[in-house]
Amino acid sequence: MEKYDVIIIGGGVVGAAVIDRLAKYELRCLLLEAGSDVAYGSSRANSGIIHAGYDAETGTLKARFNREGNRALWNIARELDVPHIKTGSLVVGTAEQLPMLQKLKARGDLNGVVTEIIGRAEILKKERNVADGIEYALYAQEAGVISPYKLTIGYADRAVTNGAVIKLNSAVTAVFGRRGNFRVHCADGAQYAADTVVNAAGAGAAEINRIAGAEPLTVTYQKGEYYVLDQTERKNISTIIFPLPNEFGKGILAAPTADGNVIYGPTAEPTVNGDTSVDAGGLDKIKKQLAVTYKTPDYRKSIRLYAGLRTICGMDFVIEQSKLKDGFSYLAGICSPGLTSAPAIAEYVVNELVAPFKALVPKKNCVTVMPKHKRLKELTAAEIKERVRADEAWGRVICRCESVTEAEIVAAIRSPLSAVTVDAVKRRVRAGMGRCQGGFCMPRVLEILARETGVPETEITKCGKGTEIVFPRG
Amino acid sequence: MYFNVAVIGGGPAGMAAALAAEKKGCSVVVFERDKRLGGILNQCIHNGFGLHYFKEELTGPEYAARFAERVKNAPGITVYDEAMVLSVTPERTVTALSPYAGLITVEAGATVLAMGCRERTAGAIALTGTRPVGIYTAGTAQRLINVDGYSVGKEAVILGSGDIGLIMARRMTFEGVRVKLVLELMPYSSGLKRNIVQCLDDFEIPILYGHTITRVEGAERLRRIYYAEVGEDIRPKPETEKYVDCDTLLLSVGLIPENDLINGIGIKMNPLTSGAVADEYRQTSVPGIFAAGNVLHVHDLVDNVSAEAELAGSAAADYAKGVLSHGEACAVKVGAGVRYTVPQTVYRGTGKVDVYFRTDGVYKNKTLKAESGGETVFSKHRLILTPGEMERIEIDKSKLKDSLTLRLE
Repeated sequence: MEKYDVIIIGGGVVGAAVIDRLAKYELRCLLLEAGSDVAYGSSRANSGIIHAGYDAETGTLKARFNREGNRALWNIARELDVPHIKTGSLVVGTAEQLPMLQKLKARGDLNGVVTEIIGRAEILKKERNVADGIEYALYAQEAGVISPYKLTIGYADRAVTNGAVIKLNSAVTAVFGRRGNFRVHCADGAQYAADTVVNAAGAGAAEINRIAGAEPLTVTYQKGEYYVLDQTERKNISTIIFPLPNEFGKGILAAPTADGNVIYGPTAEPTVNGDTSVDAGGLDKIKKQLAVTYKTPDYRKSIRLYAGLRTICGMDFVIEQSKLKDGFSYLAGICSPGLTSAPAIAEYVVNELVAPFKALVPKKNCVTVMPKHKRLKELTAAEIKERVRADEAWGRVICRCESVTEAEIVAAIRSPLSAVTVDAVKRRVRAGMGRCQGGFCMPRVLEILARETGVPETEITKCGKGTEIVFPRG
Repeated sequence: MYFNVAVIGGGPAGMAAALAAEKKGCSVVVFERDKRLGGILNQCIHNGFGLHYFKEELTGPEYAARFAERVKNAPGITVYDEAMVLSVTPERTVTALSPYAGLITVEAGATVLAMGCRERTAGAIALTGTRPVGIYTAGTAQRLINVDGYSVGKEAVILGSGDIGLIMARRMTFEGVRVKLVLELMPYSSGLKRNIVQCLDDFEIPILYGHTITRVEGAERLRRIYYAEVGEDIRPKPETEKYVDCDTLLLSVGLIPENDLINGIGIKMNPLTSGAVADEYRQTSVPGIFAAGNVLHVHDLVDNVSAEAELAGSAAADYAKGVLSHGEACAVKVGAGVRYTVPQTVYRGTGKVDVYFRTDGVYKNKTLKAESGGETVFSKHRLILTPGEMERIEIDKSKLKDSLTLRLE
């Protein structure tokens, strides 16, 4: 049986951030992910916002980790070569809503977050397409956008580079034993031993606690539905436009994405059994609410709908050492601002939850800055010529909408955490993310995946078992 | 490198334009992003192509091969295959990327845009429900089956009745797939009548007009689609919702000219066609840049694409040589019942000019009229006109005044 110092259950942004941090020490670390890639759950389907931190209730873990995470994330995004933009954000309101904006600003002050209230003239300088009734806004310059799945993948790639092990398609079915002697069973029959276990299973955290015999968790789920817009809409928006937050969350926003699209959403609908379907009713809500804050939504430019899952476990993040199961810790309810908080949560988990059991001896020769993968679009003519000379695959454009070459796809397949599904390739290099949504490039991506991995095209999946795309004829 | 004419795209439009320009003595370069010339015709293995152009019935690859052979044998045409054009400027500098030739920069006397079109997707029509595997645009499924040699599922539903969807209903039936239902949002098909008959009726595949999908279900693989009748407002009526179990959904919900390459270079676009505004010679608002085929407006017959591209290629050659001249401009306007026309400008002079148009609905027993300067210059009674069939009328250029208006009466 493979033996590890630490096993992390769950390859969302938090699990990936934790293993990335642990991989810097002389520890044998394993991350088990049920899905066919990291960022398979909430971490791939959210707003991708780096929140400034004025919104969280003062004194909560959310407020603390949001602030700390925001400070850390910009640098981490650069180290991991993750697309991000410091756009700033606006919470917009009418003249009558000014007191509520002031209240939000006061909370920001208490949380140690710099914000200012600006009037319409100032708003228009930052965002010319706010709706007509908007008179005031809370502006936070420290807010921005980041690719949430690329951040998770970046953490995972660096962790693997630094010697950690990540196993995909490894749903945990049982956790036996205790501190110094855990045994973790997976659905595929594999068993792993570890001294300590961290449950970072996101939407599945309550279930993992249950099977491990740790504290029972009461969680509820909400789904958030979104429109993704064509990149041609990017010219219409430069910051994140929030409405005033309400009891259901931060409301329907309009924002650029770090990759150059625009999103509208999310809704906040109670959901069960992990259902992330998109409803026509939800889309109507987006249209209705966005009209209040944003002047130029264009739903004809929709290229994709998606919905993500929020896991809610009380008012705050839950990050605890189990009292029932010695050596087992768990994280639950990591909903917004979980993405922003991830670096700070990881630091806390390592220092407070793992350090008591394991000595943290820094590894020598750790990789901090990951190699930058320039996209075709970012290369100069001279660079393109040089690359095509060295490797003709740099001259073969596979995804025409996003200008992705065969060389970039091959590099993703050969990256530390190898991309072996069509979706994994898509998230790493954007082949299929454009306006034709893979209509033209998907058959060619299948072909390249089959060639590079030695698996027949009929066994290549979109995102794991049961999602095969083509079948043998007859 | 300098060429008289640069053609972007080596499908039916690009090949015909290149041949026409070469015939006029021009040096021509063709950039084709795929490994071979022919474009989407290469995956259209059914017959029905060439009845007008070649006066015989060919398959798509046969039709493409005839042109490709001519292109190959034309000494004045240089073809770059697997070459993706990255940019084109208003001054007609074309930059392309090829695995073999690297970055290619060409200055051209004239440029013909012939990039074709792409399919509308599930995201574009805001298809609600889950996001399982098993939902393909009809053309993608066509490629996977006809070119790559795979199967895509066992029980299928088709949303939309565009021609590719209809062709694929028949094609999948041949492959042993049970095509259970075709749903069309509008009260009429956007495809050709002959395809409704030959691809659905002949195989007893039911089509429901005025219906659409309300949501799809299935975690990994598509399992079921729900559909409903739509009201006057084209929104589904919830009380009419039904479902059908299937593992495959093909979308045939519209084609969009693929003009992303020319975004932002100042070419005036027509929102009704999603293609460039073009004159009688298929010249766009930027002098020296021409467009033909599905990148200009979506055609239903490749024969018309070839004819249009020959016109554009020939005019591009004249432009490159500085001999393209014409009479006074006459704007083509749409009147009652007409959705759009191509071209949008014709010129006074001698001879005839063809004006293509689509109606904005199904019309029976109507007179199609073209008027210029208060006089009727064309009139013809028609038993039926549908948006799915592109119409063509021939106008005597000597009769043109300041503008030309097409209408149904």
